[in-house]
Amino acid sequence: MVRLDGVGLEFGQAGTTNRVLQAVSFSVAEGGFRWLLGPSGAGKTSLLRLLHLAVRPTEGRLTLLDQDIGAAARSRLPVLRRRIGMVFQDFRLLPHLSAFDNVALPLRLAGRPEGQVRVDAVELLSWVGLSRKLQSRPAELSGGEQQRVAIARAVVARPLLLLADEPTGNLDDLQAERLMQLLHEMNRLGTTVVVATHNAALVSRHPAHTLRLLDGRLVRDD
Amino acid sequence: MTKAVAARSARIGAARPGTARTGAGRPPRRAPALLRPARFDDLGLRRALSDRLLPSLVAAMAFLAALALAGTAGASALGRQWQEGAGSVLTVQVTEPAGAAADGGGTRLDRVLALLRGTPGIASARALDAGELEALLRPWLGTGAGRIALPLPAVVDVRLSDPALDAGRLAVRVEAAAPGTLLESHDRWMRRLAVLARSLQACAGLALAVVAFVAVAVVAVAVRAGLATRRGAIEIVHGLGATDGYIAGRFARRATLLAATGAGIGAVAAVPVLLGLAGLAAPFTGQAEDVGAAELVHALPLALWLSLPSLPAAAAAIGWITAQGTVRRWLRRLP
Repeated sequence: MVRLDGVGLEFGQAGTTNRVLQAVSFSVAEGGFRWLLGPSGAGKTSLLRLLHLAVRPTEGRLTLLDQDIGAAARSRLPVLRRRIGMVFQDFRLLPHLSAFDNVALPLRLAGRPEGQVRVDAVELLSWVGLSRKLQSRPAELSGGEQQRVAIARAVVARPLLLLADEPTGNLDDLQAERLMQLLHEMNRLGTTVVVATHNAALVSRHPAHTLRLLDGRLVRDD
Repeated sequence: MTKAVAARSARIGAARPGTARTGAGRPPRRAPALLRPARFDDLGLRRALSDRLLPSLVAAMAFLAALALAGTAGASALGRQWQEGAGSVLTVQVTEPAGAAADGGGTRLDRVLALLRGTPGIASARALDAGELEALLRPWLGTGAGRIALPLPAVVDVRLSDPALDAGRLAVRVEAAAPGTLLESHDRWMRRLAVLARSLQACAGLALAVVAFVAVAVVAVAVRAGLATRRGAIEIVHGLGATDGYIAGRFARRATLLAATGAGIGAVAAVPVLLGLAGLAAPFTGQAEDVGAAELVHALPLALWLSLPSLPAAAAAIGWITAQGTVRRWLRRLP
């Protein structure tokens, strides 16, 4: 499902390069669950961006959903991205769309029938407690509510790989626990899940395989 | 509940009618009618590509294009008219018209007239009378032109029924019949008029090409501005799995609509101006000076009336192609 062999990532141009990941190697089997841990600036978000195909590795080999990403044609990547769900730390909701339209977007991009889009998006938003705010735009929602819209958008198309960057950062304990139950349940149904977090209490309540990054290097994989 | 939503999310992967029940056993919530995706604007292009600036600029381009088209059609029609007029007339000057003809049969003028009237391809040959000759010379010799003592040639106005008549051979024949007779075929003027008409058409075509180039540039700049404004939204949609074709299509659809609207406005705005120009040109195209609006509509060439509606279609094509190219090239910077 996910395999990295000596993967590195650099930004910038010659002379001013910034190496954010170095020689990272690990694999996650289909249906696996990984906590991604490390201090701020360790490279967690960069690694998740790699796995979300927002950037390509500058060295090493990344295999995702049985595709060698380095060798894959650019035209092949959109299809792969539709099978990857991502919950961003900063939500990344479209500000001019309602909560409903934000959640419906992945289904519409996948070409699902509009009737199915409506039912599924409304149900996901109802589950995250936003049934009364379907028409609200992100600016009209609190940080926690925006986080819940982002979660609903990430899971609505049933991704094969679900990535989450600090998904509980803006949630209260009850919502955070509900989110973890959802992630575990999707994982149990076959979705591979990788969650980056600083929340040690959350990790201790939900023990699972962990990846620890430090200064762009993988220092622990157990 | 969590399991139900997760399981439901799992089922979403396989297309199926939206008839499943929620985890609590309740029927699925019916989406409000307001959620209809008609004119769904996921990239927010209605604000990024304003419905004021781009249509206004394209309207100005279409207005200029309409004038250029009118220039092309007008130059073509005038050139044709001039050529038809000049090409069907010959002027013959017979010196010593009252002198005896070379073969002794009547005067030199009679001999030339007989020869001209008997030549196939000539509709009529008429010697100008004294009054017409005086009017012809008045610009150079003043009002007393008819009373001067200088010997004047007779001037014969020849109308052709066959514009392809060989004027060179005819000149040789009249020279033989009445030596010293001059024949002016207007060929030189015809050639000059043809060159002038073609030059006018080329200038109008060049103006049209420049207008089209500027329209492409205007659409490209507007689309680039839209890309810069909506960069964040594009990256989000791209990350959710949108293809280049999807994103470029959204921009192209918007640019096409705005360009076609602007061009339609510009073309309509040009019509009164074109009718006004047709009114000014009426005396030079064989029409009365005071023609009504209905006559003016007919005075404009049919080709121009047919080409005006093509301006919105051309602008739409420019908008679509330019937006597609601009957006696809920009998207190559994303992985």
